[in-house]
Amino acid sequence: MADDAPARRPDLTRRAFLTAAAGASAASALAGCAPTSLAAPRAAAAVDDPPTAGAVPVTLRVNGKEQRIRVDPRTTLLDCLRETLLLTGTKKGCDHGQCGACTVHVSGRRVNSCLSLAVMHDGEEITTIEGLGEGYLGEGLGTPEALHPMQAAFVAFDGYQCGYCTSGQIMSAVALLGEPCGPEDADVKELMSGNICRCGAYPNIVAAIQRVRRGA
Amino acid sequence: MRTFEFTRASDPAAAVRAGAQAKTAQQGADVRFLAGGTTLLDLMKLNVETPARLVDINRLPLGSIEAMPDGGLRVGATVRNSDLAHHPTVERDYPVLSQALLSGASAQLRNMATTAGNLLQRTRCMYFRDTAMPCNKREPGTGCPAIGGSNRMLAILGTSEHCIATNPSDMNVALAALEATVHVQGLKGTRTVPIGEFHLLPGPTPERETVLEPGDLVSHVTLPPPVPGSKQLYLKLRDRASYEFALASAGVVLTVASGRVTRARIALGGVGTKPWRSPEAEAALVGQPAETASFRRAAEAALQNARPQSENAFKIELAKRCLTHALATAASS
Repeated sequence: MADDAPARRPDLTRRAFLTAAAGASAASALAGCAPTSLAAPRAAAAVDDPPTAGAVPVTLRVNGKEQRIRVDPRTTLLDCLRETLLLTGTKKGCDHGQCGACTVHVSGRRVNSCLSLAVMHDGEEITTIEGLGEGYLGEGLGTPEALHPMQAAFVAFDGYQCGYCTSGQIMSAVALLGEPCGPEDADVKELMSGNICRCGAYPNIVAAIQRVRRGA
Repeated sequence: MRTFEFTRASDPAAAVRAGAQAKTAQQGADVRFLAGGTTLLDLMKLNVETPARLVDINRLPLGSIEAMPDGGLRVGATVRNSDLAHHPTVERDYPVLSQALLSGASAQLRNMATTAGNLLQRTRCMYFRDTAMPCNKREPGTGCPAIGGSNRMLAILGTSEHCIATNPSDMNVALAALEATVHVQGLKGTRTVPIGEFHLLPGPTPERETVLEPGDLVSHVTLPPPVPGSKQLYLKLRDRASYEFALASAGVVLTVASGRVTRARIALGGVGTKPWRSPEAEAALVGQPAETASFRRAAEAALQNARPQSENAFKIELAKRCLTHALATAASS
């Protein structure tokens, strides 16, 4: 979202730079994931790749695209999305289900992807922030020209500051549209309480959600 | 997180057999059933739980809510908290349960957490969750630094000199007030456990939290037929308006006739080492006028044996006011 707005060199994404610069010292951060090379990030290990000790095959349908991968059983859905499938729009905050930054949809329902194992979701439909809006092309980020109405409302109402919680907020908010929820701002706040914003953008987040709910 | 073998049970009997290979079904079990994962994976990341094997039970046929011939309700082990809370029968006949569920955790966690998982939810005591600290529940015999330590959130009822950890569940409080029954499938067949007997007081063995033995799989929970005309309420008091564990909570199921309480089921949360049914409060209330003075006397009875710790004496009065207010609100509804 906001942090992706500046133009960037097509051959050097911010993530690729950071990943390469992090070097081998960051290897422990990736423990529990499919064996991707840090220096040269690549797509997930395919099922036909030589099996890694303990790795198990999993098929996920992510943003409409089937992904056949092998993961260490410890791999959370969050780490699988970010590190194996390189869908880094979903953020890791607390990694203990307390902040909501990792919120994604599983079979249309919002969940904390940090408290779920990828292997639990074999055959299931996963939607991440990259899968919202008409602009999703199945590769990387959606386009700013075809945002989901909730994404557009967050932009219009300035529903973020640093942007780190934003993808989780938006995934929660989109799911909320299909849940039992009263009409008041207080009802929205209650159902959005699982998404923490350290910048304190809450009033604008509620305003954005209410705008979409009211269809204005 | 430590490595483990991930397996998926093909049927409940297979899950039971796999679970039976564990030495214990309590703290430190080397085989764990995996449902929503919201407690277990959290504790595995902290190395508080280090199972060698996980048995995924999410695809077992334990996910339905069904009306029973006697008018009660059968709730499968893997029914998600959000689905249970919004089930029309629960909203109509067991509103205390719906309210309790919706007061717990966040919308995301409620979409994951299950009935059986919530029954087995672990304490939030910070010493239990920190492997650098002693804890009798996590490592029997190492001591309880919460006694005399950071205990503001911990229990005042049912404590022992070995453990003062609070049962954090909201759902369990409602199940206690509704007199639910837990159905267990084990190596020796199936059995039923009244909710009041399912959780154990810590006593000298706080590592034992329930009656479950290796292989025991909670298959479902049943609720008795709703009490006609009963007034129900779950009231939860906490440090912030949402997404926080209870400092004190109350689940009440009341029947009032001609201005008098004819039946009362009362349970407290946030204050006990287990979901805290209070027969003392119920006995103090039945037959009394449905008015504030009666409710306050019931609350006094409920907390008569409370033992405060160094930081949580406030919970005694807070719990009394919580119960008094819950009873008054329910009675006037």
